Amino acid sequence: MTKKDVTEQDAWHDLKCFTFARIALGRAGGSLRTNDWLDFKLAHAKARDAVHEAFNSEALLDDLRCDGQEGLVLESQIKDKANYLRWPDLGRCLDASSKDKLKKYAQTVDLVIVVSDGLSARAVHMHSRKLLAILMPKLEQAGWSIAPIVIVRFARVAVEDEIGSVIGAKLALMLIGERPGLGSADSLGAYLVCDPKVGNTDADRNCVSNIRPVGLTYEAAAETLFYLLSMAKMRNVSGVILKDDRIQTKAALELK
Amino acid sequence: MKGYTYSIGSCSYQFKDLADVMAKASSAKSGDYLAGLAAESDEQRVAAQMVLANIPLKRFIEEPLISPENDSVSRLLLDEHDCDGFKSVENDTVGDFRNRLLSYEMTSSTLATLAGGLLPEMVAAVSKLMRNQDLILVASKCQVVTKFRNTLGLPNRVSIRLQPNHPTDDAKGIGASILDGLMYGCGDAVIGINPATDNVESVKRLLSSIDELIQRFNIPTQSCVLAHVTTQLKAMEQGAPVDILFQSIAGTESANKSFGIDLELLEEAQQAALSLNRGTVGNHVMYFETGQGSCLSANAHHGIDQQTLEARAYGVARKFNPFLVNSVVGFIGPEYLYDGKQITRAGLEDHFCGKLLGLPMGCDVCYTNHAEADQDDMDNLLTLLGVAGCNFFMGVPGADDIMLNYQSTSFHDAHYLRQVLNKKPAPEFELWLKDMHIMGNDNLLLPVTGSHPLLMAK
Repeated sequence: MTKKDVTEQDAWHDLKCFTFARIALGRAGGSLRTNDWLDFKLAHAKARDAVHEAFNSEALLDDLRCDGQEGLVLESQIKDKANYLRWPDLGRCLDASSKDKLKKYAQTVDLVIVVSDGLSARAVHMHSRKLLAILMPKLEQAGWSIAPIVIVRFARVAVEDEIGSVIGAKLALMLIGERPGLGSADSLGAYLVCDPKVGNTDADRNCVSNIRPVGLTYEAAAETLFYLLSMAKMRNVSGVILKDDRIQTKAALELK
Repeated sequence: MKGYTYSIGSCSYQFKDLADVMAKASSAKSGDYLAGLAAESDEQRVAAQMVLANIPLKRFIEEPLISPENDSVSRLLLDEHDCDGFKSVENDTVGDFRNRLLSYEMTSSTLATLAGGLLPEMVAAVSKLMRNQDLILVASKCQVVTKFRNTLGLPNRVSIRLQPNHPTDDAKGIGASILDGLMYGCGDAVIGINPATDNVESVKRLLSSIDELIQRFNIPTQSCVLAHVTTQLKAMEQGAPVDILFQSIAGTESANKSFGIDLELLEEAQQAALSLNRGTVGNHVMYFETGQGSCLSANAHHGIDQQTLEARAYGVARKFNPFLVNSVVGFIGPEYLYDGKQITRAGLEDHFCGKLLGLPMGCDVCYTNHAEADQDDMDNLLTLLGVAGCNFFMGVPGADDIMLNYQSTSFHDAHYLRQVLNKKPAPEFELWLKDMHIMGNDNLLLPVTGSHPLLMAK
């Protein structure tokens, strides 16, 4: 006896070329078909594994030095992933020896860049060096004074406030691994803040997210960050009152 | 402030004030441990619940948990409190109130009359004494109906926010996900996009493209682009077709400040959206999102537990007559709700508290990849909230939000829920789905060919 296919295909399969969202999956009755359900479980397993991947901060420092950047590696008050997940407050603070070490770098600069593994060391391993390779020359050409790059293990976004204020930077920019999505275990986020100081809130920051080749490309991210940083420096503000007001190209946003 | 004591055997439990009783009586959640507020043992938690059961509801009026002198949300809650509405329960303790809510006498209409007389703190308090089935049973008796271009919250109906996010706000990518959702009978609550970048031009463009789709196919639904409210207002000033205005809100003035908003701004936003007069069957124009842990996350919790603060956010929402209120329960992460069990409990508490306060509650049944949860936990919560009569859920293609990087509920999940609980979409939208031959008279999905008019539109 031949088997009859009891499932339905979706007739709009060709729309898949416009998005990697899980569209046109078809259905068994109204439910996910077996293969799609197992694909989903596999993606979840990969994302879970990415969360628990270890950060190789020393290798990143070596890579940045190869690119001609100065840098240093510091520690937050968290020493392992399980506590990182439960105690975000401790991830926002440097440990005592790191703070002492950082004080030696105090100087008046326009910007300090901070890099941390966050929730995806994979994202930082794959993208931070490449993004900085495009962003740094733009800033240098525009005459920005920039502190050595600070790499922090097990940090949260707000550690940029402490680092920026200890150094004496006018602006701080944090590059951090975002929490992995199912199809995006390697998404990098960037958070900039003007006048970094402990006590700044999320409303004081501008966020550019999903930086990776199949999301926001390095070039596009560097351009957006350069624009936002320049506006923040010029107007001396950041956060909700600083909007990305550049007119988007019509082609990029048209529905049809 | 007066302290409380409760003895169990030889052990005497001390609670320094009402806020301490509330926090210690709360179901275990990582966020309350993070804030240093949670009960230190299971027995202490039950002792706090036994204390709470004997506290009169009135005390929440006499002893505000956060002083109105220091917090505009507290002022709003007390100013708006309906003393006449409160009369029928004014002599109840929190324990009495639980019994009353569960009694046969408490019907849909008595609950609706009572809503304005309840402070969020009273509602939070009683929820702490309730087991999950109580939260479900009482919420299922509440009915909150809202209207814009269709009618949400009617009995035996459940609606879906179609959430077609795209990591670069690419309009074709978003359009493809919208079409996918409509073909699965989703989108009656709202077609709502979270933009990747908070940008006026992109908000305008996205709003125009959905509006064009809604008009072209005469879809009885509404659109929203979930940028910051100030960005949406700017887009509106520049002529964008705004249906519903979105904003994240929280339960304290300082947490709202960290979101870049205050009550005056929300008032201004509501008035601006009303002035466009774009609704056809009603004029509920606001869409709020909330979530336990947001105040602590903003370092603005005043020593109050996260579930009570969440209920206070609903008190804020109530002032602005919202179309949709959505607890984004598992989005915030494991430092606030650690695992599937905590997410489930919080989802049921939030839905119950919101409904009892008279709000059109929905729930983003969701989790992140760093939480100890999976799709089985979501199936459980979705089903429980479906039974509880939750107004709406999220519909995300394949449950995988490729922009916000978390898992929610899918278009398939929506259809599962409608099948298993025999629920239908909003009535206007149901008719449209049947006219478009997307859904049959048995409320099941129909096979669709490539010549379907919606597919010809792409």
